[in-house]
Amino acid sequence: MGKKILLANDHIEGIRFLDTYRKHGGYASLEKALKSMTPEQIVEEVKTSGLRGRGGAGFPTGMKWSFLAKPEGVPRYVVCNADESEPGTFKDRYLMERIPHLLIEGMILSSYALGAKTSYIYIRGEYFYVARILEQAIDEAYAAGLLGKNILNSGFDLDLHVQIGAGAYICGEETALLESLEGKRGNPRIKPPFPAIAGLYGCPTVVNNVETIAAVVPIVNEGGAAYAAIGVGNSKGTKLISASGHINKPGVYEIELGVPVEEFIYSDEYCGGIRNGKKLKAVVAGGSSVPILPTELILNTAAGEPRLMSYESLGDGGFATGTMLGSGGFIVMDEDTSIVKNLYTFARFYHHESCGQCSPCREGTGWMEKILHKILHGHGTLADVDLLWDIQSKIEGKTICPLGEAAAWPVAAAIRHFRKEFEDFIRNGEHVNDVKHYYRLNNLTAPIN
Amino acid sequence: MSEKTILKFSDETAAIAKKIVARYPEGRHKSALIPLLHLAQAEFDGWLSVPAMDCVAEFLSIQPIEAYEVASFYSMFNLKPVGKCTLEVCRTSSCWLNGAEDIVRHLEKKLGIKEGQTTADGMFTLKTVECLGSCGTAPMLQCGGDYYENLTLEKTDKLVDSLRAEGKARVYTNDNPVNID
Repeated sequence: MGKKILLANDHIEGIRFLDTYRKHGGYASLEKALKSMTPEQIVEEVKTSGLRGRGGAGFPTGMKWSFLAKPEGVPRYVVCNADESEPGTFKDRYLMERIPHLLIEGMILSSYALGAKTSYIYIRGEYFYVARILEQAIDEAYAAGLLGKNILNSGFDLDLHVQIGAGAYICGEETALLESLEGKRGNPRIKPPFPAIAGLYGCPTVVNNVETIAAVVPIVNEGGAAYAAIGVGNSKGTKLISASGHINKPGVYEIELGVPVEEFIYSDEYCGGIRNGKKLKAVVAGGSSVPILPTELILNTAAGEPRLMSYESLGDGGFATGTMLGSGGFIVMDEDTSIVKNLYTFARFYHHESCGQCSPCREGTGWMEKILHKILHGHGTLADVDLLWDIQSKIEGKTICPLGEAAAWPVAAAIRHFRKEFEDFIRNGEHVNDVKHYYRLNNLTAPIN
Repeated sequence: MSEKTILKFSDETAAIAKKIVARYPEGRHKSALIPLLHLAQAEFDGWLSVPAMDCVAEFLSIQPIEAYEVASFYSMFNLKPVGKCTLEVCRTSSCWLNGAEDIVRHLEKKLGIKEGQTTADGMFTLKTVECLGSCGTAPMLQCGGDYYENLTLEKTDKLVDSLRAEGKARVYTNDNPVNID
């Protein structure tokens, strides 16, 4: 069994409520920090821990925190990114719904470390019921003197609020999130300045993912060095993986970074193997944005080394033969899956979610969806594959925010690794050797808007 | 010429709205716009008519266009009337791999409408939506803030039948019970 840090207590009945959470060691980190640590010491522990942003980018959290500007007399903000919308990702929802106080404790610790007096948790609108769970937990924390004025008699004040979004993937991009929190359309800002200098209301702001902020709790409690002792290479600590698709046991798993991919897919401790005794065809390892890899490249690197669940190992080989850990949205596809059709759902997603600010993304995502739609309906030509490739290459790197890359990479990877399947589909007007999905494709009648 | 319709929050909703506005620093009350549009949508029949958006703009002392441009950006805001219950079926990768399309086609048949349409009796609107973060419990649909997961055609039938029997509107409101396993 791997070591669990964030989800060690997720099975305990009533852990959602303050009493039970405290009975199992909850808020011990906060007491320790407020009684015996300076804000600078917490930042140092986070740096020592090697914690990296768990939302997908993997940027070192301690470094992000150390960039925060601290001009006199200007408020600073900590904003939690709970806009979890990357297809294949549902770990933050699980964490917030099961152990909301872990996030709240992390928010108080982070706000203390960074000198924020007001903090916000920005949660996607569709997680409406999760927002209510958080609000109930926040009320409990206020009533117990864990939020508000003079927390635990430390002299530290903090107000924490939940802000609800309204359905926009783009608001997971931190500057779009801040725009949305200011009551505007979620159009990403041009950077620099980065939020650390000019974020919410133009003030210095740190935006961190739910899982990142929750990880601050054990880091403060056990020390950064203990956290860094878990994992492999520059992939320290544990990671929540959202496992879905054609597996026997979909769900959220906390892994020690460095678990072999093969073990993660086939062992009963995790995914429990491919459903219905089928063979593995491909995996999208880190949420819809990261390159899809066929079986042989997800289980082993191009050099033949076993592939591990870590930032470095999944990235081994670059995009030619590797992928990314991303958000940990692990989508598994069995031998009957049509890669073309799956890619269509991704392309449709990015077209729907493009904010429309940058032309390459606004137009390119629409074209990619249209071309894939055309192929799916039996009207594709072999030149369409090259056209798709051309379009994705003209989006990547040419937009204000990374949604452009996120839309381009899945298309590029699907063609890179499954070109023949696209060509077979086009020649035959349908997915080849796939009875089950052939049925579904014939039932695909929805017109494209 | 008909008179311009003017909508106002109920006292109860206005009290909630005031509390929300108090979450932000002075002069930053526009931050309450999205939460208040949710309130308006829940109060005014599940969609945001121009008078409903005007009501929010008036409450926040901002220009109506500021409310319109935000309402039109976010996919959870309905700018056209919807049925009492909006069935929002997730259609992205993991849900598709697990048969979301079959659920949509089944609902279309059962309700006698196409996705995007509302039944003649005004009871149901059928929508497909992008990933709702329920990939491990796919396929799924959302209705009025509640998640219905691990759907089968039978479970979908049961849900529709029970919603129809209930006959009540399902909106995102604070009255929804919090129920997790």
